[in-house]
Amino acid sequence: MRSIHIFLILSIILSFNFLKADEIKTENKIAKNLRCLICQGQSVYDSDSEFAVSLKLVIKNKIKEGLSEEEIYSFLKIKYGEWILYDPVFNRNTYFLWLLPILIFLAGGAIIIKRFYNKK
Amino acid sequence: MKSKFIPLILIIIFLITFVIFFKGLKNSNIYIPDTNLKKEVPPFELKSFGNDSIVISEKIFKDNDYYFMNIWASWCVPCKEEHEFLMELKKDDRVQLIGFNYKDNFKNASSFLKDLGNPYNIIVSDKDGTASIEWGAYGVPESFLVFQNEIIKRFIGPINNEDLLEIQKIIR
Repeated sequence: MRSIHIFLILSIILSFNFLKADEIKTENKIAKNLRCLICQGQSVYDSDSEFAVSLKLVIKNKIKEGLSEEEIYSFLKIKYGEWILYDPVFNRNTYFLWLLPILIFLAGGAIIIKRFYNKK
Repeated sequence: MKSKFIPLILIIIFLITFVIFFKGLKNSNIYIPDTNLKKEVPPFELKSFGNDSIVISEKIFKDNDYYFMNIWASWCVPCKEEHEFLMELKKDDRVQLIGFNYKDNFKNASSFLKDLGNPYNIIVSDKDGTASIEWGAYGVPESFLVFQNEIIKRFIGPINNEDLLEIQKIIR
């Protein structure tokens, strides 16, 4: 009987911790993907400025309210603009940014293939 | 033919890169958001400054009145700088001043107001700064001009005489 009790208590504690750990994980993940707007070159996660501290708190509250990661990003995008996201969205302004590496890669590949066949 | 072609391309690439980076040097690396965006006032429920009563945003911001929402704190040095302009704005009865006391303690904030004067009609306290995030604020000081439940103008940093004139022009 006693061992069952202990087992139950342990399982409750463990499952609770897992939930909490998941929350903190997503919280940190979101904070790492956000640019701290008032401190240059730092993410919200890294910064201890008043702005970042409050923003981390807001993220925590939003997770508790049940918002998903995407919903939190779009909420902050409305409030602060796209600049707050480290990962730029694919749109008309960022075509060049996203496609340039692919183009360079293809051009490089073309040069290599051409040389290879020329040698033959 | 080929040996002349390659250096030429290299020089052109170098020049393009140089121009891009050189121009980039002169750009401001401080992010300034679009301050003219029209946005609805985010609803909030905050504790009133000084007593524990709850202030609801819907009860503050009524139609056809101008509201100047100012985020301030006693620990913030630029807030002292802008305070005289807030006092000046207070004289105008077409606008109501709403103070957002940001991450402050009551004692310091009230002595700040005692020393410099209280320009605000209503003060609410934003203890943890989360309500300011809902407004899209960066920190202190920051101000929003509200009309018909919409933010019509935003001032990041302390307001100066020019801003004051602009506000007076808008609310005329």
